[in-house]
Amino acid sequence: MSDSSAASEFSGPTEPSAATKQPKEPESQAQAATASSGPPKRSLASRLATRSAGGVLRVFLILTALFWLTPAVGLLVSSFREPEDMTASGWWTVLSKPADLTTRAYSTLLENDEITDALLNTVWITVPSTLGVVVIGAMAGYAFAWMDFKGRDWWFVAVVAMLVVPIQIALIPLARLFGDIGVFGTIGGPILFHIGFGLPFAVFLLRNFFAEIPRELLEAARLDGAGEVRLFFTVVMPLAGPALASLAIFQFLWVWNDLLVALVFTTTDSQPLTVALIRETRAFSQNIETLAPGAFLSLVIPLAVFFAFQRQFVSGVMAGAVK
Amino acid sequence: MSTPAVSAGAAGAAGGPPAKPRKSVLGTRPWVVVLFLLPALVMLGALVVYPIGYSVWRSLYDETGDGFVGLGNYGDVFSDDATFTALKNTAIWVAVAPALVTGLGLIFAVLTERVRWQTAFKMIIFMPMAISMLAAGIIFRLVYEADPDQGVANAVVVGVHDTFVESTAYPKANAPNWSDMEGPRAKGPYTTKSTVSAGDPVLLPLVGIPPDKVPGDPGPAKAAEASGEEITGTVWLDFQKGGGGEKGAVDAAERALPGVKVEAVKDGSVVASTTSGDDGTFALPKEAEGAQLRLPASNFGAAYNGLDWLGPTLVTPAVIGAYAWMWAGFAMVLIAAGLAGVDRNLLEAARVDGANEWQVFRKVTVPLLAPVLVVVFVTLMINVMKIFDLVYVIAPEPVQDDANVLALQLYLVAFGPRADYGLGSAIAIVLFILVLPVMIINIRRLRKERRL
Repeated sequence: MSDSSAASEFSGPTEPSAATKQPKEPESQAQAATASSGPPKRSLASRLATRSAGGVLRVFLILTALFWLTPAVGLLVSSFREPEDMTASGWWTVLSKPADLTTRAYSTLLENDEITDALLNTVWITVPSTLGVVVIGAMAGYAFAWMDFKGRDWWFVAVVAMLVVPIQIALIPLARLFGDIGVFGTIGGPILFHIGFGLPFAVFLLRNFFAEIPRELLEAARLDGAGEVRLFFTVVMPLAGPALASLAIFQFLWVWNDLLVALVFTTTDSQPLTVALIRETRAFSQNIETLAPGAFLSLVIPLAVFFAFQRQFVSGVMAGAVK
Repeated sequence: MSTPAVSAGAAGAAGGPPAKPRKSVLGTRPWVVVLFLLPALVMLGALVVYPIGYSVWRSLYDETGDGFVGLGNYGDVFSDDATFTALKNTAIWVAVAPALVTGLGLIFAVLTERVRWQTAFKMIIFMPMAISMLAAGIIFRLVYEADPDQGVANAVVVGVHDTFVESTAYPKANAPNWSDMEGPRAKGPYTTKSTVSAGDPVLLPLVGIPPDKVPGDPGPAKAAEASGEEITGTVWLDFQKGGGGEKGAVDAAERALPGVKVEAVKDGSVVASTTSGDDGTFALPKEAEGAQLRLPASNFGAAYNGLDWLGPTLVTPAVIGAYAWMWAGFAMVLIAAGLAGVDRNLLEAARVDGANEWQVFRKVTVPLLAPVLVVVFVTLMINVMKIFDLVYVIAPEPVQDDANVLALQLYLVAFGPRADYGLGSAIAIVLFILVLPVMIINIRRLRKERRL
């Protein structure tokens, strides 16, 4: 697993530096050429071609980045406009008169009990689902990595097989089951669902991580008289910090951003923010003043997580994307 | 040992740790094993395994669950119109989206490789992965808004279109202030201030078009003759090259404006309408007596309004576009990681041998990246088969049927007014069967690695 760690973020410690130190970087090469210090390696024409190609590339990448940002900026700017302005002109017109921006849509939104309750529900659903998956998954992952029992490998294969099971297959059966045990319509429904479908990936990821722990370390702790349970909590879990963080971030985002599961299993009392907002989209153009800030409210937490934990975030998302 | 990563994420598609015989640290007591495993196994059994079995069983029964219908529901997947459309659209998604996203990711990864600010660029492209499909859906509802004054997609399309094409008969033609007409400048409609009467020819001068740019190059205008019964008049360009001529009068060198629609309006409703002839003259029947004349806005370019992004034909491509926006970063980061592992010397060797950059890319880089590309492609394929939120949020309800995909149809059939758990379960099983090959590949790879 260690081989992929550097690769799993935008600029791992090894490869980008290698890239920037490439001798063929346009400027340095051109400078070298004008100073005529180094031995000329290429013809002037090819140097010029490389240089202008670099310029074209740069412009292309900047335009692409702007193009990628535009949709999200549109929503952000829209969320800071008066509703009347929003229907009268495009959000881009505001760029020339920023004085028209207002936070009114946000204050209206936060006075709306339905939205604030839904935001709280999102938290109440996300936190237990994440903790549940991390704890239960770590215990099982440890058992698969370091405990002996009959058919261990076959059990593990069965768990890996469940990695790609589509969540859709469980909607109907669990709607019935949750109805029978009385959690349908409460936040318990999505919590259980997300733990169930988060576990295969958690067990897979953590077993592979735990298996890398040096055997001697565990044996030493054992000789010191630590029991299996104490060993798990005092030695194994602290070592697994990075893996647990990636898993937790992925699971957190998965649950926070979920729409389908909550749409099926919650009612207006237990609905998370995504479901509350989808109700608004049903009458889109009338409610853009709720939707724009609401959508932004729902994505600001994931974005904060993204910027705060880039490394774990990327590896978590990469790792879990198969779901 | 650091962060778990890409390889794990490819769900065992890439390698796990090497096979090592592993024994319990000390002979673990059975109750401890049970303590550690039981929570996970109970959860998985009840929430994942049981539903698969239940769905198989339930898919063989009708919507009430009482009547056994055998494989009838599976037949319905193909014969039920809405479900079959969903199946076709899912096929389109699987055919287009993974290839598109992998391609974008490959382009971005290769192009940014030697750029110093690649981190910033990658962050921007990857950011949409953080947000929910719901938020992305709302973002793109706004982008695809039909009104070019609101949706940025149509604002761009209209901007480009109007730069190259002049779409209407007399776009931006204007009623001058010496005319009897008023209306929004360069847009129309223009309406006469006074009412018209037979025997008194109406003059409807327009300006704002250079005389040599009048579409169709019409001949000179003719002043209309008074007629006893009909309302007559002239629509012409009240301007001649080099100036001169009398304002508000049909001068010899001034051009006719044929094909302009003229409406007679009484109390807000149109009582008669006609079109100006080749010499700019028109005649309206006597019903128009006492009406005001109006030149409707259609004459002056009811401007091009862009594409109907969320209409029945374009909605699926539009939603796929939104999906590509979200997932290109995923493909890019994985491929960039693969690229970092490519041996530079191989590329250099090809360059020394005289290959140009394109040949190096096609003949060396891409084949070396093939394993990563396959992993990205397969992961996206699984993801796309189950696509739900984006379609549900972006496609407006009237075109939901046209944009439908299997996962959405399952939701609509089972949890919508139809409440048909039988067909819903059958769709779920179809989805499950679609991902089975990947499940089998995962298992075989795992067994090979660990020599089970």
